[in-house]
Amino acid sequence: MAAMGALLKFGALLLAAVAACVAWEDGDVWDYDGHKLKDSDFLALWPLPQKVQSSAVSFQLSASRFQFTHAEGSSAGSDCSILQNAFRRYFDYIFGFTKKDRDQRRRNAAGSEVLELQVAITSPDAECDGFPSLTSDESYELSVDQPSAVLKAPKVWGALRGLETFSQLVYEDAYGARNINKTGVSDFPRFAHRGVLLDSSRHYLPLKVILANLEAMAMNKYNVFHWHISDDQSFPYVSRMFPDLSQKGSYHPYTHVYTPADVKMVIEFARMRGIRVIAEFDTPGHTQSWGFGQKDLLTPCYTGSSPSGTYGPVNPILNTTYDFMAGFFKEISTVFPDAYVHLGGDEVDFSCWKSNPDIQKFMDQQGFGKDYSKLESFYIQRLLDIVSSTDKGYMVWQEVFDNGVKLKMDTLIHVWKGNEAQYQAEMARVTGAGYRTLLSTPWYLNRISYGQDWRDAYKADPCNFTGTDAQKKLVIGGEACLWGEYVDASNLTPRLWPRASAVAERLWSDQGVRDISDAYVRLVQHRCRMVERGIPAEPLFTGYCRHEYSGV
Amino acid sequence: MSSRCNLRFLIPGLALLLGGVPSVLAVWPQPQQIRNSAERYSLSARAFLFKHADVSAVRSGCDVLDQAFTRYFTLIFPESGGGGTGGAHNRYFWTEADPFTVEVNVAEGPCDGYPAEGSIENYKLTVSPGQAVLTSVTVWGALRGLESLSQLVEQDDYGAYYINKTEIEDFPRFQFRGLLLDTSRHYLPLQAILKTLDAMAYSKLNVFHWHIVDDPSFPYQSRKYPDLSKKGAYHPFTHIYTQTDVRRVIEHARLRGIRVLAEFDSPGHTQSWGNGQPSLLTPCYRGDVPSGTYGPVNPILDSTYVFMANLLKEVTSVFPDSYIHLGGDEVDFSCWKSNPDIKAFMKKMGFGSDFTKLESFYIIVNISTMLNRSSVVWQDVFDYHEINRPRYVVEVWKWGCYLCEVRRVTKAGHRVLLSAPWYINHISYGQDWRNSYTVQPQNFSGTEEQKKLVIGGEVCMWGEYVDATNLSPRLWPRACAAAERLWSDEVQTSSVDQAFPRLTDFRCRLLRRGIQAEPLYVGHCKNEYQGI
Repeated sequence: MAAMGALLKFGALLLAAVAACVAWEDGDVWDYDGHKLKDSDFLALWPLPQKVQSSAVSFQLSASRFQFTHAEGSSAGSDCSILQNAFRRYFDYIFGFTKKDRDQRRRNAAGSEVLELQVAITSPDAECDGFPSLTSDESYELSVDQPSAVLKAPKVWGALRGLETFSQLVYEDAYGARNINKTGVSDFPRFAHRGVLLDSSRHYLPLKVILANLEAMAMNKYNVFHWHISDDQSFPYVSRMFPDLSQKGSYHPYTHVYTPADVKMVIEFARMRGIRVIAEFDTPGHTQSWGFGQKDLLTPCYTGSSPSGTYGPVNPILNTTYDFMAGFFKEISTVFPDAYVHLGGDEVDFSCWKSNPDIQKFMDQQGFGKDYSKLESFYIQRLLDIVSSTDKGYMVWQEVFDNGVKLKMDTLIHVWKGNEAQYQAEMARVTGAGYRTLLSTPWYLNRISYGQDWRDAYKADPCNFTGTDAQKKLVIGGEACLWGEYVDASNLTPRLWPRASAVAERLWSDQGVRDISDAYVRLVQHRCRMVERGIPAEPLFTGYCRHEYSGV
Repeated sequence: MSSRCNLRFLIPGLALLLGGVPSVLAVWPQPQQIRNSAERYSLSARAFLFKHADVSAVRSGCDVLDQAFTRYFTLIFPESGGGGTGGAHNRYFWTEADPFTVEVNVAEGPCDGYPAEGSIENYKLTVSPGQAVLTSVTVWGALRGLESLSQLVEQDDYGAYYINKTEIEDFPRFQFRGLLLDTSRHYLPLQAILKTLDAMAYSKLNVFHWHIVDDPSFPYQSRKYPDLSKKGAYHPFTHIYTQTDVRRVIEHARLRGIRVLAEFDSPGHTQSWGNGQPSLLTPCYRGDVPSGTYGPVNPILDSTYVFMANLLKEVTSVFPDSYIHLGGDEVDFSCWKSNPDIKAFMKKMGFGSDFTKLESFYIIVNISTMLNRSSVVWQDVFDYHEINRPRYVVEVWKWGCYLCEVRRVTKAGHRVLLSAPWYINHISYGQDWRNSYTVQPQNFSGTEEQKKLVIGGEVCMWGEYVDATNLSPRLWPRACAAAERLWSDEVQTSSVDQAFPRLTDFRCRLLRRGIQAEPLYVGHCKNEYQGI
């Protein structure tokens, strides 16, 4: 039978989770009046803000009276579509489908209701029409009091994070009425790059799934969608300049592709939530699907002295290859507004290059000897020059660094290999060489196992390696990766959430937020909140949500 | 990628000329005998008909078949919306659709009964020009045949439906092919259960083992003891199964030839019962005083047996199946040991300090004799007790040498259900369906008689980490591996690699039918899952 061990028991909730934070020396989750707080009051905040002051004093929120307003003096007004859309989204999250008059009947005595959340963007440029970037300011301050709550943020990006926190502070009382406690929050992310990677090549992911996950990302304060859009298995990106790539390289040229309109929609949907979209076009390996629609791009492999009919990585010895790449990445640089593009560069298999006599000849000419990583570097070098000329910065998988390719100092090195000791050593090497880096190794969430494997993800820390403070500062964050071998629309969302939430807190909250039983209590509630908002986030363990997933 | 989709590379028209030995035999689980031919007949939703054979013992008005016809029409022509107006593509290619009739001939009634132990599911299906003839002994066999028929229908590159000339003679290897859902550790909304029953029928699974209550919650709303769910469910209104819900599950299952085996596990796994039934559970002691916690059902009180008799009487009136699952696993003796009244009782009964005797007194002497049913119990009951009654079915669930246990249990003359290798709530990275597939339930040394006592097996989806958000993709298509093992001939289906393309194909079919089945590996389906 089940035999899965006893139910976990959780005793006293550890309210002082934040007390261990480096940044805040005095414990900060104190109640204004010294009352014992109920866990519903704020413990369900996820990821945990840098500083929270909560009180047992509660106010009501009425669906018929509550408003989001632009504070006087705010640099953003009603023409700020990011905020206007966010107001509507969070109103829905907060009030669900509450009927208006229910609140009327239960009207509280005067003075115990929050009538509005005033949103004040404090810097002259709110960035309403901009795109989020690596340097975007996501900090915010939230003060919940009656009759007005105030959210202050230098930019809209911080306001979005603050709205999420505000919505998480609202809870339903026994009568179904919305309540919020007197609270002060002062918050900012620990890392600037907090990403989720989805792989739309091994399996095609319908647009709806991508959008739903952007929505879930916003609930977890993620700010980068790393779109691993093409790989060996399929090329679903519809290129304006090279339409044959998807016409011939996708699983299906009409039903399994992302049109320019689709891509635009993803980027705008993400922008509305303060999420960057970083496209990855991985080369020279992982490109089998490119070959169908782009003749001569891939290296013909040989058996003995004749072509075997199979193809290897991108052919690095032809000028046509670089012409193609220049045209292609020029398009990519205009389609994807982010300042970075991910160029891949991982897992290049040299056997095909080795078999090809033209490649061998080229190796001789270049004096590479038998060192094929030099050939790889040769390719990458030229590719990087091409991409640099489009004014984009680039991200690459760690092999590119490992192989000694000359990189611009603003290159981001993406660490993904090895065990704990190995990735920590790699982080030390990369930062030691002065490069900025981000971590994914412990967060390959496509790898599943029985039980609560979110705990391992939660415990990993990108700064756990031997290095100077200066080196640590070069760590810009990390990404949860959900590779697509065994994942498509049918199982993606429950496999990703709430496991990716564990990573989200590690990347947002203070380094000292490590209490795993406190995290469990909050995460259980956060997962129910996601379920209630329509995200089929799977359970952590035995138990229930008040509103179970109804999308079966 | 899905092999069916390779058709897109064929030159239009060539597909029809080639006729097409389908690259895979499309029926899952693999029928005992199947002969396909390249000859192919086009089907049109506008000229497709189910009818009862003149000699059939079952005629119109048989709801099991009437509803199956409706269901399978939509499954065969998914684009028709069930209204019979589909086949839009055909218009361009076939001015006049050739009519196609499926004639169903069932030898024996009735059709208002329930599928049961020993129901004959054999069927014969012959697909020839203009018609298919399906013969079976019972309506349950006809349901299996309709499922196979629906899986033979393919869609070509133009979206036109066709079926190949085929002959199938089929019957299940095991009569008991079950799937367990656990609605106590997480509540599963009715819709999730009904969907699971649909997918079970597609895989020819025929027993829904409803592990309805356990320690964490008691969602079954009892007529006689409403407090059990009122106080023992996660929520007394939203997280329960009303009598109407239960009837709906049983009827939904019946219409698909699926038995519903209810499990009311005791004396352990009953924490949630205690909330609504005071003094049912044993008070645990710390030293001389009650500690405030409770252990298993209290086996020394008459009131316990009155309650259990009433509850089980109700259960057997609600669930029509001739089997009932009494659990009996994982009884923790520490609480019994701590309780002075229990100790006194042990002494009085002469049990010494052997608490298995007390457990035995509870479940074997008292509980299972209350019922005129076949009792299914977890293997613990066999392992720790002398059970000499013939009506037990022992479910082997413990990992390790599970076939050793099967040998022991069958040697003692009991029937066996195997679930140890099919605890598919245990997940791992990669294609773990392969492990389920290679199980050999009768591969132990024993007599023919012993082998026959293995009546089947069950896929178990325990609920610690599963609720409505992830149930379907975790179950399907992983459960299909065991479904084929339990239905098909073992020799014919010994190769996992040959099963792979068929299962990949079947998984896409499940998706097409709205079952949220996860992928086996990289690739795609023509119709991807449309939810999130």
